[in-house]
Amino acid sequence: MKFDTPATTNPIDQMQVVGHPLNRIDGPLKTTGRAPYAYERHDAVPNQAYGYVIGAAIAKGRITAMDLSAARAAPGVLAIVTAENAGPLGKGNYNVAKLLGGPEVEHYHQAIAIVVAATFEQARAAAYLVKVDYAESQGAFDLAGAKAAGLGPSQATPDARVGDFAHAFAAAPVQLDATYTTPDQSHSMMEPHASLAAWDGDRVVVWTSNQMIDWSTGDLARTLNMPKEKVRLISPFIGGGFGGKLWLRTDAVLAALGARAARRPVKVALTRPLIPNNTTRRAATIQRIRIGATQDGKISAIGHESWSGNLLGGHPENAVEQTRLLYAGANRLTGTRLAQLDLTEGNSMRAPGEAPGLMALEIAMDEMAEKLGMDPVEFRAINDTQVDPSNPDRPFSRRQLVECLRLGAERFGWVGRSARPGTRREGQWLVGMGMASGFRNNVVMRSGARVRLDGQGVVTVETDMTDIGTGSYTIIAQTAAEMMGVAMDKVVVRLGDSAFPASAGSGGQWGGNSSTAGVYAACVKLRETVAQKIGLNSADAVFEDGQVRTGNRQVSLAEAAGESGLVAEDTIEFGDLAKRFQESTFAGHFVEVGVDAATGEVRVRRMLAVCAAGRILNPKTARSQVIGAMTMGVGGALVEELALDKRRGFFVNHDLAGYEVPVHADIPHQEVIFLDEVDEMSSPMKAKGVGELGLCGVAAAVANAIYNATGVRVRDYPITLDKYLDRLPEVA
Amino acid sequence: MKPFTYERAGSPAEAAAAAARVQGARFIAGGTNLLDLMKLQIETPTHLIDVNGLALDSIEATQEGGLRIGALVRNTDLAADARVRRDYALLSRALLAGASGQLRNKATTAGNLMQRTRCPYFYDTNQPCNKRQPGSGCAAIGGFSRPLAVVGSSEACIATNPGDMAVAMRALGAVVETVKPDGTTRSIPIAEFHRLPGDTPHVETALERGELITAVTLPPPVGGTHIYRKVRDRASYAFALVSVAAIVQRDGTGRVALGGVAPKPWRVEAAEAELPRGARAATAAILDGARPTHENAFKIPLVERTLGAVLAQARG
Amino acid sequence: MTKVSFTVNGQAVALSLDTRTTLLDALREHLQLTGSKKGCDHGQCGACTVMVNGRRINSCLSLAVMHEGNEVTTIEGLGSPESMHPMQDAFVRHDGYQCGYCTPGQICSSVAILEEIKAGIPSHVSADLNAQPRVTPEEIRERMSGNICRCGAYSNIVDAITEVAGRQA
Repeated sequence: MKFDTPATTNPIDQMQVVGHPLNRIDGPLKTTGRAPYAYERHDAVPNQAYGYVIGAAIAKGRITAMDLSAARAAPGVLAIVTAENAGPLGKGNYNVAKLLGGPEVEHYHQAIAIVVAATFEQARAAAYLVKVDYAESQGAFDLAGAKAAGLGPSQATPDARVGDFAHAFAAAPVQLDATYTTPDQSHSMMEPHASLAAWDGDRVVVWTSNQMIDWSTGDLARTLNMPKEKVRLISPFIGGGFGGKLWLRTDAVLAALGARAARRPVKVALTRPLIPNNTTRRAATIQRIRIGATQDGKISAIGHESWSGNLLGGHPENAVEQTRLLYAGANRLTGTRLAQLDLTEGNSMRAPGEAPGLMALEIAMDEMAEKLGMDPVEFRAINDTQVDPSNPDRPFSRRQLVECLRLGAERFGWVGRSARPGTRREGQWLVGMGMASGFRNNVVMRSGARVRLDGQGVVTVETDMTDIGTGSYTIIAQTAAEMMGVAMDKVVVRLGDSAFPASAGSGGQWGGNSSTAGVYAACVKLRETVAQKIGLNSADAVFEDGQVRTGNRQVSLAEAAGESGLVAEDTIEFGDLAKRFQESTFAGHFVEVGVDAATGEVRVRRMLAVCAAGRILNPKTARSQVIGAMTMGVGGALVEELALDKRRGFFVNHDLAGYEVPVHADIPHQEVIFLDEVDEMSSPMKAKGVGELGLCGVAAAVANAIYNATGVRVRDYPITLDKYLDRLPEVA
Repeated sequence: MKPFTYERAGSPAEAAAAAARVQGARFIAGGTNLLDLMKLQIETPTHLIDVNGLALDSIEATQEGGLRIGALVRNTDLAADARVRRDYALLSRALLAGASGQLRNKATTAGNLMQRTRCPYFYDTNQPCNKRQPGSGCAAIGGFSRPLAVVGSSEACIATNPGDMAVAMRALGAVVETVKPDGTTRSIPIAEFHRLPGDTPHVETALERGELITAVTLPPPVGGTHIYRKVRDRASYAFALVSVAAIVQRDGTGRVALGGVAPKPWRVEAAEAELPRGARAATAAILDGARPTHENAFKIPLVERTLGAVLAQARG
Repeated sequence: MTKVSFTVNGQAVALSLDTRTTLLDALREHLQLTGSKKGCDHGQCGACTVMVNGRRINSCLSLAVMHEGNEVTTIEGLGSPESMHPMQDAFVRHDGYQCGYCTPGQICSSVAILEEIKAGIPSHVSADLNAQPRVTPEEIRERMSGNICRCGAYSNIVDAITEVAGRQA
């Protein structure tokens, strides 16, 4: 199905099932420990052996010698695979550094070997017997240094300019020119990257934990130099990804290579201390923001430049993405600058671009509002735009940013905020409120599904879509139930298998809208098939209560399907609506913090997000997406930072004790409001993404609340107490 | 993790004797730190002596009016003991500020005293570390040192002792009781139990080879207001940036021990005379000679401010 | 190899294990009870939380051979999809999970902390060490802080626990 004209009335609009806050259909499996994740597939194949991955001990250089003899002789060892003995390997389209390194070492903890043994304990012990000699070479690890050396825009990513930014900024009566930094971050999903691989002749099946089945099936085939048809990936349950499992990673490659070498199935999970330096990271940024405005607060010039670093061949963190679109202003400059750094690959982490970009931009907006003597909500509201500021002929499909901000202000009690910072005290606590706009583009991706109807009237959906905690199982079931007019318990959803039609996968908050649109398309086709089978005109047919009817003729779906059942498959494909209209999602984030007047410890007291993100397919799971993102936003604001050792070129705090993410005690009760919205430009579902929107702007809202509480502005994340302790009032 | 043999000890003296007999033997109780380190081959015992079966899990009143805490009393039970809560609230508070509920259910009194640093370079066997591999150097100096020591450190090591319980015990003047392989027992004041790194940072305690902790005794209660204030980046389940263990009397005198700032629980008795003069004077005296790095210099004003808040709280 | 016997969810098991095997790996790999999760294997996340003799512990930081004669309860022992424990049911209704990987540990801790509060064990946030602790959101958050949920379901988890605690009271 081609989606190239705005959606009109369709069966989803009935909202009999879609739009209801249903419990997740996979909930009983997950809460009872019966949902099987990749490393747990004892049922899949017998005789599984265990792999243990060895990471490089240096950041840059060459392996000069590997002595495997002691490890090979260790009890239980079945095989050791290194770049030297793995045979020729290709490289996937989506990974920059090799997933099995050697002899060149491209970054710290790059995988250089897998040791396979009969038990986990044996594999782990033998891995420590592998002796590796290196010749280290000088790497580059210092982003600030690269910036200071004059790093400018690259030809591949030239600056975007509208009007004359330099003149307009210079002429603006009110100006802000400030620099902000965001640190490297780690996805830190709870389930480590894990895979079980089993060969059958020249075919391999990999039970894995991956967000994008089709991409990764292709990339594993490319890496192993084999046809894609001979590779099968199965990933029905994924213990979190946040972008860290968008790609083929070393667990899948080395499980496959290990299994081939050991001649038996091999499973491998990356150990937690290996993950931060071995897998991808959200790249640190240095962001310079310049805003010029008239005395009455109209932005006349806005400039945003962002520096980040990556391995050769990697991309910049596009932290200026939102600045092209979020606020009005006739003169604009945005651009990225990319340093070559020998750190593990920088790549997508939840809301890449906007998440770090808004961390900076929305502090800048707060600072600007203060310079103007304006309320931060009002300053944003008067700079709203309903069109792409770079191309006024291109409207937003639906943009309710101001509505989000106004409703949020009302519900949060924003009127109670003191405009003068550092003036509200409750006992030991300095109390403040902050807000920020949330913005994340809506991306649509082609997505396929197959829908079967059987003789019991059960509808089974098959698609390689994944559920990374997002609720895909449930919203897909809701979509199929709505489309086919059946109860939820008559729908079975099977996900995450490359044997199923290729879907949008889970990433960039495109998965929910795109994959359900694909299911919609397949269901439209199934409805036609059903109607045709029983001789009805499908345009008139009503699917309801397990029946299909036109006029006074009524047939049960079970009967229509018959013994042999019916099947339909289709793919939603998106036309140029997303080019003609700017499709984005919006939020207003509001935060209240207490800052301990003595120690500077920050505790978030209240949080509210108001979101406008198209039709909400399931308010319960969508709300969970948003509160989870808000939690990650608190982490980004207050604690999360991969600590870089610039001498040795690695992230030092590479485990979950060192890399702190929020715990229960950090997170208060969270409120989420969804504006009533449908977006006909987005898909037949009229939905948009929401899972990343919930993160975008949160950290800045926290930062602004800290400023409001203390009067101390910190422009470097995370906002830890050491950065402002000396500027807090004296302890009585 | 290297292979090891395993035995369950029958008595403290037998355990100590076995530990002396077998090269590379280690005691294991809660195991929450030892197993963590064994998985990374930072600890590589060849033989584990499980002491959990020894009857060292009770808390008893001493003749002097104090408490004798068995080495195997779990952190949860120690924190929840009615006498500890009433008379040694500092200890309850310190324990409850540490780790997580799960870990406190396993971790023991003796094991907690024995826990090793959380210095991230110590935890990464690719990096030089004088504590882990004597003579290899210290990667933390000049590296990521934000969590590390500002006082008591040396050219060889700037690791911090990560404990909370021991900080309270230091303020309380606890005594560590042990049995040696030859069956003799001794009492080690907590001040002497943990060692400063000097040029031998791998030697962390006063224990001799095979020596087993059997109990920790607390002297009679000293009264006063007990406050354990732990400052950390996140609200729970994190190691201290700094912690202040204070017992403050009505007249403003008292005791203070610090966590998160030194290779051992940090108390300078002579400095406590400054307490009535306030946090600034006391901090200056307690942290006299501090040599912070540029990344952790904030700990000194943080101690001062935290102590100030603690003293204000004690004044009520 | 060392022999060890204990009960898991009421069933007696006898295993012959490499001494290096953790309780977590004994459950997951030898008994194929994979509900208990390995998130970090170093006591830094809580996904491996199980109850041993009625107390919750990190099963990743415990050797299986040290559990001779113990009674182990895992998430599988609390309930099944067909017959969920009230806490499991409350997690489903409050959407107290997303990816599901930390969830068994969260639920084991949830059940355990209500018992800990009942038993009068104080916490870091208990204002009065000598008073009976109460089931408040603040107490729940502190006591649950050894269970990390990167998906960030905390707010919903607290709601689920509060509801179950209210029904028990």
